[in-house]
Amino acid sequence: MRNPLSQRIVDIEPSGIRKFFDIVNEMEDAISLGVGEPDFDTPWHIRDEGIFSLEKGRTFYTSNAGLKELKQEISKYIYRKCDVFYDYEKEVMVTVGGSEAIDIAMRAMLDPGDEVLIPQPSYVSYEPCAILANGVPVIIELKEENEFRLTKEELEAAITPKTKLLVLPFPNNPTGAIMERKDLEAIAEVVKEHDIFVLSDEIYSELTYLDEHVTIASLPGMKERTVLINGFSKAYAMTGWRLGYACAPENILAQMLKIHQFAIMCAPTTSQYAAVSALRNGDDDVAKMREEYNARRRYLVHRFKEMKLQCFEPFGAFYIFPCIKEFGMTSEEFANRFLQEEKVAVVPGTAFGACGEGFLRISYAYSLDNLKEALERLERFIIRLREEA
Amino acid sequence: MREKILTFIEKNSRVDLNELAIMLGVQEADVLNELEAMEAEHIICGYHTLINWDKTGIEKVTAMIEVRVTPQRDMGFDKVAERIYNYPEVNAVYLISGGFDFMVILEGKTLREIAQFVSDKLSTLDSVLSTKTNFILKKYKDHGTVMAAPKKDERIHMIP
Repeated sequence: MRNPLSQRIVDIEPSGIRKFFDIVNEMEDAISLGVGEPDFDTPWHIRDEGIFSLEKGRTFYTSNAGLKELKQEISKYIYRKCDVFYDYEKEVMVTVGGSEAIDIAMRAMLDPGDEVLIPQPSYVSYEPCAILANGVPVIIELKEENEFRLTKEELEAAITPKTKLLVLPFPNNPTGAIMERKDLEAIAEVVKEHDIFVLSDEIYSELTYLDEHVTIASLPGMKERTVLINGFSKAYAMTGWRLGYACAPENILAQMLKIHQFAIMCAPTTSQYAAVSALRNGDDDVAKMREEYNARRRYLVHRFKEMKLQCFEPFGAFYIFPCIKEFGMTSEEFANRFLQEEKVAVVPGTAFGACGEGFLRISYAYSLDNLKEALERLERFIIRLREEA
Repeated sequence: MREKILTFIEKNSRVDLNELAIMLGVQEADVLNELEAMEAEHIICGYHTLINWDKTGIEKVTAMIEVRVTPQRDMGFDKVAERIYNYPEVNAVYLISGGFDFMVILEGKTLREIAQFVSDKLSTLDSVLSTKTNFILKKYKDHGTVMAAPKKDERIHMIP
């Protein structure tokens, strides 16, 4: 029989971390700090809107780009929050989570051999998506001393004549890093100078704890070179609804829409109706969740200081990224031992790129009680490790 | 800062003050000062416990009584309310807009006890015109807290 498989797909490395994930997921009594999704339920008014749409029998496809009301609300929301205007008829589309938007943006923009700059540590899907789109991923290793922000110098050093696209994943999973206006302005200059484009994944934009989130698309001359990706999963605790969106100049969006039309058809209708309520009536819910995350964040930062565990203060998302280099183990060894000895699951930094070595991702999408217990165990564990040394 | 402290302790009055200060990003002494000030100003009126009596086997009956009154000369609603809320078995009294004047929440051990209070004490007040007693059959949610056991975390342990 012939080999049924595509070599390009076979060559994509399955995540090395998968094995560790499987061990954790089978351990019933473990406390986990490994979850990358909110611990809150979707606010009731949003769920209610979804239920109502089902009762009304709104169970058909929507137009490819999404419900008109939802696109209008997205346009208004982005204008209100980020000060950049997208025409809902031509520059906004609704996707199956931010994930789909990442995939189709890359496919719409890349030709074989085009280089995609991917700052790491970052979410796991950029690199494979770039490969699936025939692009060549080029990793930029972010540094702890820069609080894992992307600097102008790092960007310039990575650009070649083949560079087409820069992925900008901020607020960042797994580091919790953000990019402030001044950081983005420096990046925007380089982007324009070298005539490249930006895929800005802003799925955590509502979860910042310093100033309000700034999108690079709002800077002068940047809207026309940016695909802005966002969604409902993190801000409104709607991960399972699978709903995101992309805002982009018409020429790019039209091509993304073509892929979406043939591969997906449309995002889930129920979710789209629910999301209208999220954008119209959800500001208070988001504010409440943000306050709660922020309280936990401050608590974790404080506890790490007490434990003398090196860690920069993160100002975004719901992750904290402590450094464990002092213990002379790899991230995976540390995570494994911590799991076996204290039954707490954390994600090794290497799950998010080789430069995550020496770090752990700890999620604070957990109740305070859960966090306190886990941190007590962490403290016990690192005291033991220091005594061993 | 007051609003933040109140929002937090309204849900959990037993929070450790040091932890609360850390979570709000302020000094512990400031939290303590604000709490004391708000107690003195009677903004914080108590630190009560939310109990689901249904699970204890201890019998309790709660009634919500709609009361219509005529506010009397020189007395107004406040005076009438005072005559009602001074009874220790009265749990809460609210002045209400709409078809009646006061909502009186009453706790007793038995139905009879409540009936007796209404007929002997409440209805006999000069200013009370009528009462309508509603017994609570089941409490689903109180003080923003659902009484049923919280659901388990069903998320998978590890998600990148």
